[in-house]
Amino acid sequence: MEESAKPGLRIREGDCAVLKRDEVFKAVLVLRRRKVIFEKQWFYLDNAIGHIYGTTFEVSSGGSLQPKKKMEETTTETKEAGTDNRNIVDDGKSQKLTHDDIKALKDKGIKGQEIIQQLIENSTTFRGKTEFAQDKYIKKKKKKYEAVITIVKPSTRILSTMYYAREPGKINHLRYDTLAQMLTLGNIRAGNKMIVMETCAGLVLGAIMERMGGYGSVIQMYPGGGPVRAATSCFGFPESFFNTLYEFPLSKVDSLVSGTFSSETLPSEPEYNVPVEEESNGSLDEKQSLIQETEEESSTEAVMESNETEEQETMDLAAEDTEYKESKEKGNKENIREKQRKQQERRRKLVETAALLEEKNADGLIVASRFHPTPLLLSLLEFVAPSRPFVVYCQYKEPLLECYTKLREKGGVINLKLSETWLRNYQVLPDRSHPKLMMSGGGGYILSGITVTVEKVQSDASSLEAQKNEEPASKKRKLKEFNC
Amino acid sequence: MSFVDYGDTIKDGDTAIVFLGHESMFPVKVQHGSKTQTKYGVIRHSSDLIGKRYGSKVTCSKGGWVFILHPTPELWTMNLPHRTQILYSTDISLITMMLELKPGSIVCESGTGSGSLSHAIIRTVAPTGHLYTVEFHQQRAEKAKEEFQEHKVEHLVTVKNQDVCKNGFGVSNVADAVFLDIPSPWEAIGHAKSALKIEGGRICSFSPCIEQVQRTCLAMEEHGFTEINTLEILLRVYNVRTISLQIPDLGKAAEDNSSTGFDSSNQSNQGGLYGILQQGTAQFKSGVPLKEMVGHTGYLTFATKSLF
Repeated sequence: MEESAKPGLRIREGDCAVLKRDEVFKAVLVLRRRKVIFEKQWFYLDNAIGHIYGTTFEVSSGGSLQPKKKMEETTTETKEAGTDNRNIVDDGKSQKLTHDDIKALKDKGIKGQEIIQQLIENSTTFRGKTEFAQDKYIKKKKKKYEAVITIVKPSTRILSTMYYAREPGKINHLRYDTLAQMLTLGNIRAGNKMIVMETCAGLVLGAIMERMGGYGSVIQMYPGGGPVRAATSCFGFPESFFNTLYEFPLSKVDSLVSGTFSSETLPSEPEYNVPVEEESNGSLDEKQSLIQETEEESSTEAVMESNETEEQETMDLAAEDTEYKESKEKGNKENIREKQRKQQERRRKLVETAALLEEKNADGLIVASRFHPTPLLLSLLEFVAPSRPFVVYCQYKEPLLECYTKLREKGGVINLKLSETWLRNYQVLPDRSHPKLMMSGGGGYILSGITVTVEKVQSDASSLEAQKNEEPASKKRKLKEFNC
Repeated sequence: MSFVDYGDTIKDGDTAIVFLGHESMFPVKVQHGSKTQTKYGVIRHSSDLIGKRYGSKVTCSKGGWVFILHPTPELWTMNLPHRTQILYSTDISLITMMLELKPGSIVCESGTGSGSLSHAIIRTVAPTGHLYTVEFHQQRAEKAKEEFQEHKVEHLVTVKNQDVCKNGFGVSNVADAVFLDIPSPWEAIGHAKSALKIEGGRICSFSPCIEQVQRTCLAMEEHGFTEINTLEILLRVYNVRTISLQIPDLGKAAEDNSSTGFDSSNQSNQGGLYGILQQGTAQFKSGVPLKEMVGHTGYLTFATKSLF
């Protein structure tokens, strides 16, 4: 009862969950009897099912997870410590336990806490370290030997941090704070009608959908054959969220803008582009039903392995399949009807999406892709209502310089701002607070602005407008106190 | 219009943003019969604003013109009347994401201050969430209440005039997230914990001074918060400029080719590097940083309350 009242509180089979150990994250599908590797440990998630998200586990022998009780910190009696490191020589011989000794301890099943105690006792230099150095030493050993894993619920915060750390290439090196800026500058909220163009594995789309809470609608523009939504499925949104998610091929945008759009030719999809050939093969039906299943399941299957692999499989099977299409007439007729039905459904949705775009009243535009932003912005802004924000992300600054210039020439936008954010982490400990050693060197750039009504004015008036929107000349660069 | 919903046309009672030009705008309360003075002349609400589409250009009496924009929390943050130092969209963006705010979230905030963050939170948690905001200054609490009403979001927020360190937020175990921007946040950590849901939630404390951060982190640890993480975020803005640099005159090269020099015969090669080369200048587009930038607002400390 309680669980149905608070959906998503407990870990369920089929969920996409995120494993966390210190600062490392990994998204996994929660399935029984499925081996999972994470941070050099192998285990099964079976025991996690039913627990509340946020629970911390230990990997016990055999690869099963055991929930870890919150342990009381061992009260540190004032231990012996030195004052500085003037007499500490790092010769690599201070630890008396060898690799094999430690391995033997681990094999005996000795808990991490004990191993660390052993390491301390067998270290010749430990007593001479300062309290701070001892603290640091223990923390380091804990990280290595006390392997605890927390299972957390996916969210934009967690997934964007994970992707930036693990697979930044997949998201065009979009750092999570930059994504945060985009969501806020774009005024992403429930009820909006958003246009999104991203090639960030669906992470940006998922973040937008999370902030919209299932209200409003999202039209995702996509290059090539179809949108990639690998990361989107990790969020664990309810099915209803996808009822107002539309997609539209970039290849049709020009025709939409020029008014020559026709739904006749959909972009090449496996079911459409392979010509029918006459061949006979008995194993055909099995393959066809497999494709059906894969297609239906692919929307619910959350995968960390890319969606592309699935699509590839579907494509491979489909290619083979259409070769043998005509072989068994009886079974085939049904399958052909099914295919036609799906094709018609796709066409219907495409026309519906085109109509939504043609209303030209979208509440905002978000672009974050590997493509040059200028052509995307210039065309997609056509579909956005006046007085609405838009945000473009680019890994590099230069394309946004060009974009800015072209937008100025085109008109219809104000308050253009090119920016990046600088993010720094801190270590906060008594008497030891300071920024951390390493920080991100760059998280990408953002160009944001607001649309305004485009008036059919003479060229001199529009240049006046451009002047008004011009940045102040470099001589008059005033101090803008709070230009955040 | 509303701060949580887009409207198409300007209506009586709306709060609209008048945009005069780069970095120059101000909010205006739209009312029948009202007039607003700008440096371009007068704007008459009844004839120039009401009924017009948001994003329209409005010509003022002296002939100049402005754009009328639909309000958003971000525009409000840039234009609201300051009663206290406020949080700007850069920090607000990170806070929103790190606290995992979304439609339906229940949030507790203190202090309300000038309502900058409050408006952003309300926008994010609408239509099903709620903001409980606590302000110990009576006039500021009153003003905030007034503004929420004017902006038609009062159903999404509850303002309490009390001291969060002594009396907490006035709610128990309902919040998904708590935000603290007060002088002594460590004194409110206990109250924050009890305001958060039993199954857990997120907390954020914003403090300008590192000493405050140290005390707050300690308090968080003592109260069993995990994932304690302190960071800061700064915005770097670039102005897009076309720059022309003069090519120095290094004189003419001698007849033989031994001297390598930036002489006129090489200039056409240089053109490839720098774009248009005209009259001894090289032109290029650049994103130029501002002369000064905000170097510090405050440290943001985030943490998680969980059952474990």
